[in-house]
Amino acid sequence: MAASRAYLPGGRLGAGLAELAAETARINALFAAAGAVAVEPETLQPADIMLELYGEDIRARAFVTHDPVAGDLVLRPDFTAPVVRLHMAHGATPARYAYCGPVWRRQEPGSSRPTEYLQAGVEILGAEDPIEADAEAFDLIRRALGEGPDAPELSALTGDLAVALAMIDTVEGPERRRAALRRHIWRPARFRALLESFGPARPEPGPERRALLEAVRAGDEPLRRHIRRHKLVGLRGLDEIMQRARQLAEDAALPPLDPGRIALIERALAVRGPSARSLAELRDIAAEAPALTPALDRMEARLEALARRGVDAAALPFDASFGRALEYYDGFVFEFRAPAAPHLPPLGGGGRYDALTRRLGGGRTLPAVGGVVRPEALIAARRAACDDEGAGEAGPPGAPEGAASRPAPAEETRA
Amino acid sequence: MTIRLGLPSKGRLRDKTAAWFAERGVTIENAGAEREYAGRVRGVEGVELVLLSAAEIPRELAAGRLHLGVTGEDLVQEKIPDWRRVVTLAAPLGFGHADLIVAVPAAWVDVETMSDLDAVAADFRARHGFSLRVATKYHLLARRFFARHGVADYRLVDSQGATEGVAKNRTAEAIVDITSSGETLRANHLKILADGLILRSQANLCVSRAAPWDAPRRALAERLEGALGVRLLEKASATP
Repeated sequence: MAASRAYLPGGRLGAGLAELAAETARINALFAAAGAVAVEPETLQPADIMLELYGEDIRARAFVTHDPVAGDLVLRPDFTAPVVRLHMAHGATPARYAYCGPVWRRQEPGSSRPTEYLQAGVEILGAEDPIEADAEAFDLIRRALGEGPDAPELSALTGDLAVALAMIDTVEGPERRRAALRRHIWRPARFRALLESFGPARPEPGPERRALLEAVRAGDEPLRRHIRRHKLVGLRGLDEIMQRARQLAEDAALPPLDPGRIALIERALAVRGPSARSLAELRDIAAEAPALTPALDRMEARLEALARRGVDAAALPFDASFGRALEYYDGFVFEFRAPAAPHLPPLGGGGRYDALTRRLGGGRTLPAVGGVVRPEALIAARRAACDDEGAGEAGPPGAPEGAASRPAPAEETRA
Repeated sequence: MTIRLGLPSKGRLRDKTAAWFAERGVTIENAGAEREYAGRVRGVEGVELVLLSAAEIPRELAAGRLHLGVTGEDLVQEKIPDWRRVVTLAAPLGFGHADLIVAVPAAWVDVETMSDLDAVAADFRARHGFSLRVATKYHLLARRFFARHGVADYRLVDSQGATEGVAKNRTAEAIVDITSSGETLRANHLKILADGLILRSQANLCVSRAAPWDAPRRALAERLEGALGVRLLEKASATP
């Protein structure tokens, strides 16, 4: 239907559009009252810079087009990265920005996710007190979702990637072990496999690997000959192959990681439940992993900051593994869903992304946190709640088959 | 009222498909010259022949413009994202065998598995300033396979032909492609990763679940089932 938009039939004209415009105006006013200035990054972003910032899932789903002068361009798949890029190039710090506009994602046939939808968001860059900024970003999104007319009932979920990062720091051995784990913090299955591969369960090397390790032990020239049995093609050079071969030999000689350490990391990442209880469980773990303590002190301070803002912080649901599907978050993360409308994606969410500012800032890092609301999903959730009261049904009519029982992937949190 | 049957329009796949049908008493006839993409089906009533590229057959099946079609399982899975919803593989035909695999330069003696490839991708990006490039025309299957193995820091580069040559030409570092004997890979100094088999594919007789299957067409299909010795309908009617 030409008049339909994401989650909202008939939202492109007349009363439907007016309702949406009122909603985005209300959200914008809320962000403006918090001191955010309006920002409007370009719709078309340079593909080479931007696509390297996103995980493969978003990268694969970006609409890419070509301009004879500007080269490959991408329709912005979110606002955060373009806003940070704009700020790093032009903005004075500290700064807070508010935006509202469409983003685009290609979807697979049969998917009920929209290819175009609105995001209304706020980004807090360079704040002096990052813990207060975390709490403020959470509170702003909570109020943007919860203060409107007939606001839907919300359920929140929080996480903190600093917990996983701190646990990685407790891994003994060469830095590349920890670097490999950090790189896969967003891919839990791969993370676990890597962690196990450092432990006593690592597999014995096969014949090909044994021959390589022998060649390394025999010296540079035998190693070179071992590689040169094959014609060297492509960009990856002899020195790169030799370097990794030597690393493999070093790794093979390392003592395996203590299984108790592996179990402790897995235990920390499995913590979930109300924040107060989760914090207590993590404190127990920190008795054996003191490196975790600073992250937990920050978590505790954040819970206090949230409580000062009227959030029932002790009961706030926490999951140490939440947020690990979005590749640019590296601290506090949160999302809000509408339990009465389980077919909808999260209505809003956000988190801390300091590392992204380094990648866009040419070495300069800023503390950065932000969040977005999906105004269309918010209105749809409100309608679903009304329908629910009227009809007493579990879901709205016309919900896509199977969607009601299946939460949207975590990747949707911010996006 | 006819059933539309899509068959590959050229090459060995066409010849072998025609032979497979002929063995079952169904003759695929070219209407005119060898190069003309029109034809007829003899030996069974009501089947309209549509000759087109094997790569286009999945799309036509998914759109319901073909009732039946012969094409590779690799193409069905690549071209139709949620293929099980719209297409049933009614019978493997025993030819057109091809393995979809991940291959890297044979000189990468430090890379045996997908896990090695992932580690190398991290080093490669740090050293060269861009992601390791994987050349393929199987974007969907490659992406899913790499995601399942947790590979990061790679980028797919489109390659519609002569994919085995990309490393030598320095336009990509690794490939995802089909191979039957592995000879072309060896000739281009590439090797298959130990856990790099994505899919074992062969030619299949496929049934569209999106095509209109009304009673007269179902009757036609039943007769075709008898001739081919392949169950088409029960599977086709299992549409949710």
